This record gives sequence, C-alpha cells and structure tokens, in this order.
Amino acid sequence: MRVAEAWRVAWDALRANRMRSALTMLGVIIGVASVVLLVAIGTGTKQKVEQQVEGLGSNLLLVVPGKLDVGTAPVVSPLTLKDVDAVSRVVGDPGRVAVTIASGATARAGARADFTTVQGVLETTPSVFTRSLARGRYLTGADVDTSRRVAVLGASVAHALFPDRDPLGQQIALAGVRFRVIGVFAPLGQSLGVDRDDEVHIPVTAAQRLWGTQRVDGIAVKAPDRERIGELGDRIVAELSRRHPDTEFSAVTQQQILGVLGDILGVLTGVLAAIAGISLLVGGVGVSNIMLVSVRERTREIGLRKAVGARPRDIGVQFLLEAVLLTAIGGLTGMALGVGGALLVDALSPIPAAITWWSLALAFGVSAAVGIVFGVVPAQRAGRLDPVVALRAE
Amino acid sequence: MSARSEPVPRAPQSRAVTLPVGVPAIEAVDVSRTYQLDGVSVAALRGVSLTIDPGEYVAVVGPSGSGKSTLMHLLGGLDRPTGGRLVIGGRDVATLSPPELATLRNETIGFVFQAFHLLPRTSAVDNVALPLVYRGIGARQRRERAAAMLGRVGLGHRLDHRPNQLSGGEQQRVAIARALVTDPAVLLADEPTGNLDSATGEAVLELLERLNAESGVALVMVTHDQEVAARARRQIAVRDGRVRSDTIHDRPLSGAVDRPATLDGAPSAGPRSVSGSGPGRPSGGSGGAAGATGRLSPAALDRTGEGGHGDDLPGGGEP
Ligand SMILES: Nc1ncnc2c1ncn2[C@@H]1O[C@H](COP(=O)(O)OP(=O)(O)OP(=O)(O)O)[C@@H](O)[C@H]1O
Ligand SMILES: [Mg+2]
Repeated sequence: MRVAEAWRVAWDALRANRMRSALTMLGVIIGVASVVLLVAIGTGTKQKVEQQVEGLGSNLLLVVPGKLDVGTAPVVSPLTLKDVDAVSRVVGDPGRVAVTIASGATARAGARADFTTVQGVLETTPSVFTRSLARGRYLTGADVDTSRRVAVLGASVAHALFPDRDPLGQQIALAGVRFRVIGVFAPLGQSLGVDRDDEVHIPVTAAQRLWGTQRVDGIAVKAPDRERIGELGDRIVAELSRRHPDTEFSAVTQQQILGVLGDILGVLTGVLAAIAGISLLVGGVGVSNIMLVSVRERTREIGLRKAVGARPRDIGVQFLLEAVLLTAIGGLTGMALGVGGALLVDALSPIPAAITWWSLALAFGVSAAVGIVFGVVPAQRAGRLDPVVALRAE
Repeated sequence: MSARSEPVPRAPQSRAVTLPVGVPAIEAVDVSRTYQLDGVSVAALRGVSLTIDPGEYVAVVGPSGSGKSTLMHLLGGLDRPTGGRLVIGGRDVATLSPPELATLRNETIGFVFQAFHLLPRTSAVDNVALPLVYRGIGARQRRERAAAMLGRVGLGHRLDHRPNQLSGGEQQRVAIARALVTDPAVLLADEPTGNLDSATGEAVLELLERLNAESGVALVMVTHDQEVAARARRQIAVRDGRVRSDTIHDRPLSGAVDRPATLDGAPSAGPRSVSGSGPGRPSGGSGGAAGATGRLSPAALDRTGEGGHGDDLPGGGEP
C-alpha cells in the first residue's frame, strides 16, 4: 500500500470518530501545551535574571571577606581604603576598582521621607558597573577625596522624595546629615524581586564619616580581559590575605554567579518540564488505549483488508499512522496553545516567558514519539490478527 | 438482473496471474486443519484432496460444522493447513511468508462472504477498489477499474453510495465486484446468498454464474441449498472434515430446469461421477460443449469420492 494511501485511511478513520479522536487528542494537547508554557516561563525567568546579572557590567570580579557560600554568616570586613589602594596596584588601574559600604538609612527632603540603601562608593562605580544617569552628574574624584556631602539618587528614591520637583540641587538629609543632590540614576527596574532603583550613592569617605568607621564592605574589579580574570582574582585574594592573615577572602566572577543562578533556574525549568511531561505521558496512554479500542472495534475490517491482500505490515502501518496522526495533530495544537499562552503570560503578567525552539521541538518530538511508542503495540496487534478469526469477530 | 444466463463454454481469459496450461488453480493434497481449543484438538478437516481447475464451477455442500468454511479459508490462503500440501496458483502455501501469502490472495483469490464485509462509511466504488490499494495501483486507475467492475455487476449507478444506502442484494453485488476487480483465478463464495431473501439470492447467484461463464474465473461456492448445488457442474460434499463425494456432471445443469422437481429429488438429480456422455436433464445445447472443452482430465474424474450418492448430501439449510 502506498504511504499517501495509508495516511488517507488513517485520516478517514480519525474523522469517522471525531468526538473520540478530539478527546484523545485533548490529553496530548494539554500535555504539549503545558510543556511549552512551563518551559517558556522557566526559560523566561532564567533569561531575565541572567540579563540582569550581565547588566551589572562585564568581566566583573567581586571581592568580599569570608567565603561566598550559602549559609555562612557574614564576616565583619577588615578592609579599609588602604586595602583598596593595594588592590588597585595589583590591578594596575584604579579606574577599574570600585568599593561599597552600604547601610540602610532614612532619606528626608522637607516633609517627605524614604527608607533606602545608602551606598558609599568611589567615583569609578559607573564604569565598573554599568550605570547611567538620567540627570545631573555622578560623583567625582574630588568629591571622594574631600568627602563632599553630595548624593546621586536612584530613580525610585528621587520619585519618592521629589515627586513634583526637580531634585537636582536640592538638599536631602541622610541620618540627619545634609547632602546635596547632584544626579539621578536612570531606572533599572526589579531584579529577583529587589527594587534596584531604591538606593542613594554618596562618596565612600563621606559614608565612613557618617557611620564613624574606616571599613569598606566589598571591592569590585572590572578585569581588563576575560581570559585572565580568574588569575587576577587569585592575585587580589593573595594580596589581601597577606595584609589580613586572619581573614579569608573570596573573589567571584560574574560567570560564577551566573552559573549558580543558572543551575538553580535550570533545575526549576527541568522540574516544570518534568511535571508537564507527566501529563504528556498520560495523554500518550490515552492514545494507546483508544488505539486498542479502535483495533478491537475494527477487527472485521482488519480481517477483510487481509482477505483482499493487505499484508501484516500494511495493517500495522495503518494503525500506527492513526496514532501518530492523533498525537501529531494534538501536538501541533498543543504547541499553538502553549505559545499563545506563553505570549499572554509574558504580556499580561509580571512573569516573564520566553519561547525557545528547543522546547517546541522537544514537545513535538516527544508527542510524536509518544504516538509511535503507544501506537506500536496496538498496531502490531492489528497486523498480527488472524484474518479468519478477525472476519468472524462481532 | 438479466435473464438467467445460458451456460457457455468457458475460456479462461487474461488475468493477473496467468497459470500455465494444465496447471490447476488450486491443488490440495491430504490437507488437514486442526484447531487447538483450550488444549483440545478439534479436527475441522481431516485429509482433503481436491483440485480446482481454472474456470470451474464447483458447489461445496455439507452439514453444518462439516468444515466447508474451513476448507474455503484454506483454499483462499486465508488460513494455513496443519497438514498436507496446498498449492494455490502454482505456489506451495507452506513456502510462503505471511506477506507473500497476502500478495497471493490479492492476485489469485476473490472472496465473497455471507456477511458481505463491506467497509462502512466507504463508498461502493472505494469498497470495490480496496484490493487494488494493496496492489499499489494509483487512485485514478483504481476508481476506473472499480467503476467498470460495478458496471458489470449492474451497479454502475450506485458508485458513491455507502453500504448502508444499499440493499442487501446490492451490497453483495458490491462485494462480488470487489472480489473480481483484481481479475482473480478463483472466486470463493461462502454461502453468498445466506443473508438474502430467495429472490435476491437468486439474482446474486445468477450474477455469480454469469461472471463465472463470462470471465472464466473459477467459482467455488458453499451452499446449503441442494437445488443451487445441483446447478453447479461439479459438487463436492464435505462431511466430518472429509470429502465424501466429488462428482462432475458432464455438463452443467441449467438452473432453469425443473426447480420444483429438485426439491424432492436432489439425490435423483442424477449427478454421475464419471460418465461424460450420459443423459442428463434437457438443457441448452452448449452444455455438451462445456464438457468437451477438455478441462476434465481423467484425473479430475477420478477425484470422485464415494460415488456421489445422495445419502451423503445434506438436506440443505442450517439446523
Ligand atoms: N477457530 C476455531 N476454533 C476451533 N474450532 C473451530 C474454529 N473454526 C471452526 N472450528 C470447528 O471446525 C469445524 C468446522 O467448522 P466450519 O466453520 O468449517 O463448518 P461449516 O461447514 O462452514 O459449517 P456451517 O455450515 O455452519 O457454516 C466445526 O466443528 C467448528 O466448530
Ligand atoms: Mg461455514
């Protein structure tokens, strides 16, 4: 029998039992649609997080006291600006080194107040991390050297304190000390549920004076080239360990952070896909079940076809194609629904969703495979039926 | 249907499988078929030997359960014997794989069943074309040939009707067209009129006889009707899985003859097992010609079982 003929026969058989075919497909449709949708959500979340981590700036090396590990208690930093100078010498370019000392504080302007994170930083911050300003200017080396009381506001802080005024040149009070606003950051948005626009940058020297300390919390370095970033990290850690023998230091790259986050989110995506895969499997069992029913119901037809010359293979192929057609149509419909659902979720909810070709290919491939795997047994059974017995069937 | 057709000399015409002259269409030698039912052996056929020659008209009779259907399934290659040798279209069934046997059925055999076995939801023409599908013939040619065949069985105006839109007699004629569309060597009909009323059955029977006469396809037909059996040129009586008698008239008896008489006179209808010249019933003048076509070899005449006495023939009809 020609293949085109076999497809037609399979198609006619499905059409002859429209309702049953549709319900059988529904199982596949739900399975494929949920695989596509859930993988899209997992992938979208992962992509967004990676984007944000990458948005911090490239070739970034974060140096902090203590082990960077989940579950270890934060260590009080022994680092001072002298250590920062030492790190700058190791790096060879002070412009590539940024620091931070951060603390929560209430910022006030007139009657308005906003609790925010105050960061003491160097003038190098915008070039080490990728930050751009919406208005005004950033801190200068002179601001840092003279501990000038000037501040750059994050977008949401600026909006909270000065909803209807230009903040530039205005005074704000941080922990009771007056600072002059010289710039406002361009908005960054949310990252892992944190508002990244809720911060105020002031010179690190002013911050140390404000909180009466000499320490800095962490150092960030923008490595000159990606290949030797690990080696640079080792040299920095070695230098800091020499200066502070009692403290352990770690240097982590952006890639390592991305790797850890990626692993976590990858597992999440995998779990979602597996849950959806189970429903696809259930759909496949439905297909198998219906095919067995179909074979039994059409036993006489099988016997007749054999009597007029159908070979076992012709019959097997006919039923296999029927199963494949069921799952392929269900798979395509499920893909369309999954893609549509993902686009809707992405557009209408804060959950990001990204369609990936591999998830479509996977979902379709799995549903086609399900059709074949679950169709093979009924098809073989049909192919092997004894024609005499089959013709006698009721 | 047309008037009862006269017996005519049958000259096998061109067909898919052209058998060499003198080669029987089907040859069974000591063929047996035993079913295993829950560990118990049921012998449906116990050593049947017979030969079906091209163009023959054979009636198979016997009481219910005697093994007629089993025999037909074997002769058609739908089933395999558990013993003996069975050669269909010159090919020993035992040497054929299942797909080869399927192809042999497709090319050599046409089946007509009591229950029609048409595909529902499928038009008459597509039903008839079905065997051609498995022969790998293209859709256009299939339809042409199927339509032509439906025309030959008088259903040229019913091509696109579905089985449930056809009468029983029409359905059986569609089934006959399906059996013959491949131009087989042998047409096996197992009680083809069993599901039809007598008038419709008679029309179907005439159609089968006409096609047998016209196209030279051998017709082997199971029947419970003694009167019908008497119309065949050769009668094989089966009982308890054995051939009790295998008798040949010197010429076919026209069904037109003395139907009422045969009701009570089946045994006395006088089938003679060997003679090629004895007086039979009056019939069309061509009957003798059929006997003289030379298809009845002495060997064929020797096949006669126990002399074809009527006591071996069933009364007809199912219990
Ligand atoms: N599949 C089977 N399994 C077991 N026994 C079977 C099977 N098919 C047929 N038989 C037995 O074989 C014997 C012959 O059956 P078969 O159908 O050939 O009879 P038949 O002459 O066609 O009868 P009828 O005139 O009633 O159609 C019966 O005894 C039947 O019970
Ligand atoms: Mg029977």
